[in-house]
Amino acid sequence: MGRTLSDKVWDAHVVRRGSGGEPDLLYIDLHLVHEVTSPQAFDGLRLAGRAVRRPENTLCTEDHNTPTLNILAPIADPVSRAQVETLRRNAEEFGLRIHSLGDRDQGIVHVVGPQLGVTQPGMTIVCGDSHTSTHGAFGALAFGIGTSEVEHVLATQTLPQARPKTMAVTVNGEMPEGVTAKDLVLTLISRVGTGGGQGYIVEYRGSAIEALSMEGRMTICNMSIEWGAKAGMIAPDQKTFDYLKGRPHAPQSAEWDAAVEYWSTLKSDEDAIFDREVVIDAAELAPFVTWGTNPGQGVPLSASVPNPTDFDDPVDRSAAERALEYMDLTAGTPMREIAVDTVFLGSCTNGRIEDLRLAAEVLKGKKIADNLRMLVVPGSARVLIQAEQEGLDRVFIDAGAEWRAAGCSMCLGMNPDQLAPGERSASTSNRNFEGRQGKGGRTHLVSPAVAAATAITGKLSSPADLAAAEN
Amino acid sequence: MDKFTNHVGVPVPLRRSNVDTDQIIPAVYLKRITRTGFEDGLFAAWRNDPEFVLNKDAWKNGTILIPGPDFGTGSSREHAVWALQNYGFKVVIGSRFGDIFRNNSGKAGLLVAKVEQDVVERLWDWVEANPGTEIEVCLVDRRISLPDGTTYPFEIDDFTRHRLLEGLDDISMTLQHEDAISEYEALRPSFKPKTIPARVAD
Repeated sequence: MGRTLSDKVWDAHVVRRGSGGEPDLLYIDLHLVHEVTSPQAFDGLRLAGRAVRRPENTLCTEDHNTPTLNILAPIADPVSRAQVETLRRNAEEFGLRIHSLGDRDQGIVHVVGPQLGVTQPGMTIVCGDSHTSTHGAFGALAFGIGTSEVEHVLATQTLPQARPKTMAVTVNGEMPEGVTAKDLVLTLISRVGTGGGQGYIVEYRGSAIEALSMEGRMTICNMSIEWGAKAGMIAPDQKTFDYLKGRPHAPQSAEWDAAVEYWSTLKSDEDAIFDREVVIDAAELAPFVTWGTNPGQGVPLSASVPNPTDFDDPVDRSAAERALEYMDLTAGTPMREIAVDTVFLGSCTNGRIEDLRLAAEVLKGKKIADNLRMLVVPGSARVLIQAEQEGLDRVFIDAGAEWRAAGCSMCLGMNPDQLAPGERSASTSNRNFEGRQGKGGRTHLVSPAVAAATAITGKLSSPADLAAAEN
Repeated sequence: MDKFTNHVGVPVPLRRSNVDTDQIIPAVYLKRITRTGFEDGLFAAWRNDPEFVLNKDAWKNGTILIPGPDFGTGSSREHAVWALQNYGFKVVIGSRFGDIFRNNSGKAGLLVAKVEQDVVERLWDWVEANPGTEIEVCLVDRRISLPDGTTYPFEIDDFTRHRLLEGLDDISMTLQHEDAISEYEALRPSFKPKTIPARVAD
C-alpha cells in the first residue's frame, strides 16, 4: 500500500520504533525557541546538568512578549523584560543562535524560519508554540509542543511521539476573486469544528491548494491547530523550491540538487489511504469572518449573526449563547453592520509581505474611518524592511494607520498591544477566544483584504463592498 | 516526577465547552520564568464572577476538574497545566481535549482521564447533587468511583499511564537510547540545514 506524505516524513525520522504501546522516538531537525515557553526548560537543563544536544538545530528569537514601539529602549514592563533577558542569557550560556529585538532577522518565529530558509521540505520542526504548524506549508512535519517537550528536545534532539491518524483536506476548483487562503481555512474550521482534526496529521491538497502562493499555504497550515490537528502539511512543488532557492540557509550547488531530488519524492502515493477525507469546492468560497469566541464560529461576510437555536447540538447551542453574550451581538444582525474600533493586520497567520501588499492595495489613497485605530505589524523585521522599500509603510501611514515594528503584537494580549475591555476588533490573527487580544476584548477574525476594507468603512466589509459603494 | 497511583478529592463541574488554554490562563500571566505561582492566573477572567464554580465554598478546594468537551484547545502553553496544578488540581476528567494540552499534562503529572460525554453529564449531575463530596480516581484500575458504589472506567494511553504510575522522567528514558540517536545523526543527509554558523541575507 502507498504511503502518505506525512508517513514518509515520519518514517524518515524514526530513531527507534516503539513497540507494545510505546511511542516512536522521532528525530527533530529544527527546534525554534522563543522567550515565553523556554525559560523553565533551560532551568530544567541546568538542574540536571545537561547541555543542548544540537545547538546547530536550534534557533531563538523574541516575539511574543516584545513591544512594537520603541523597540531599542529597554522593555518598560520589568516582568516582560526579565523574560526576554532570560532568553538572551540562556542563548549565550547554551551556545544558541538568537535574533533579538533590533536585529534584522528578529520577528515572529514562524515568519523568521521560512525567510531564513531553515524551514525546508521533509524536515521535522517543533517549537513551544501551537502555530508551528505553519511550517507544514513546505512539506515539513511541524507541530507545537509544551515546555517539558522543549526541554526534552533541547536535551536529546528527539521526541517520543505516538503516531497520529491521517486526513486529507482536498480543495479543488478555483477560488472566486477576492477570496483568500484565510477565507478558505476559516470556512474549513466552521465546517469541521474546533475539535475536527484532533488526533490527525492533515494534508491539504487539490488544485486550489496548488494554486496558492507559499505565503497563502502558510496561512492555511498555520491555522491547522485551530481545528485541533496535530499538524498540517502541503506537498512541496516547484513553487516551494523557487521560494527556497537562494535563501540564506537553502542548500547550495550539488547539495541543492540532492535536496530537490529528495524533496520531489515527498508527496502522497496515488494509492495511499487516508483515515479520513474532507472535500471542499473552492468555487463555493466567499469572504469569511467569525462572529463568536472560537475560530469555528464563523459565517460568510454576507450572512448574519446566527441564532443559537439554529444549532442542533446542545453543546454548540450553549457555546453560541455564551459567545453572543460575550461578543455583545444579537442574532440576525448582518455581519456587515458590525462596527469595529480596531483593525489589526499582522501575526504569524497574516503578517507576511503578501498580506501587507494586499491590504495596502485596498488602502492606497484612502483614509481609515474616524475613531478607528489600525495597527499594521509586519511579521518580521525583514518584512518591515521590504515593505518600506516598496513604500507600503507610506500607504498605511497616509491612510491613518500605525506602522509598527515586528512581533506577535495584538494577536495574543501579552505585550503592550491590547484591546481595552469591550473594544471590538477585526483581526487577521488566528484566535477569537475570550480575552485573547486583551481582557474583555472582542475579536472578529478576518482576511487581510477584509481587514483593510473594514478599516475604511468602520464596519466589517470586503474590498468588493467598497467598489460597490463607489459605483 | 512524583508517582501517581490514585487520588481522592472533590470534583468540580465546569459546564463549558471549548475552554481553550487562553481561558485557563490568559497570556498576560505567562511572563514568569518559574513553574510555580500561576494559580492566580487560573481562569482569571471568570474568577471575578461570584457565580463562577471555583468561587463556591463547596468547590473552591476542588482537586478534580470536570469540564465540557474540547478542554485545553489552542495555545501550547504548558502554563495552563501548571496553573491547574498550582491551584491544586490533580485530575481532569472530560470527553475531548486539545492534543498539546493532553501531552503537556502527561509530562507534568496532571492526570487527564477521558470518558464519554454522557459520563461527563452524569458526573456533573451527581457532583451538583452532592457538592463537596469526594470521589476517587484510580489510575491503576483506570476507574472513577463515587461513594455510592457507582464506577466509570476511563481511558488513558498505556505509555502515559505507565510513566505516571512509575513517576518516570521522559528525558532519562530517552537518553537510554543515546546510541540510537547518535547512529541516526550519523546518517542524516548533509543538505539538512544548520542554524550555526549563522547565515543571513544582506
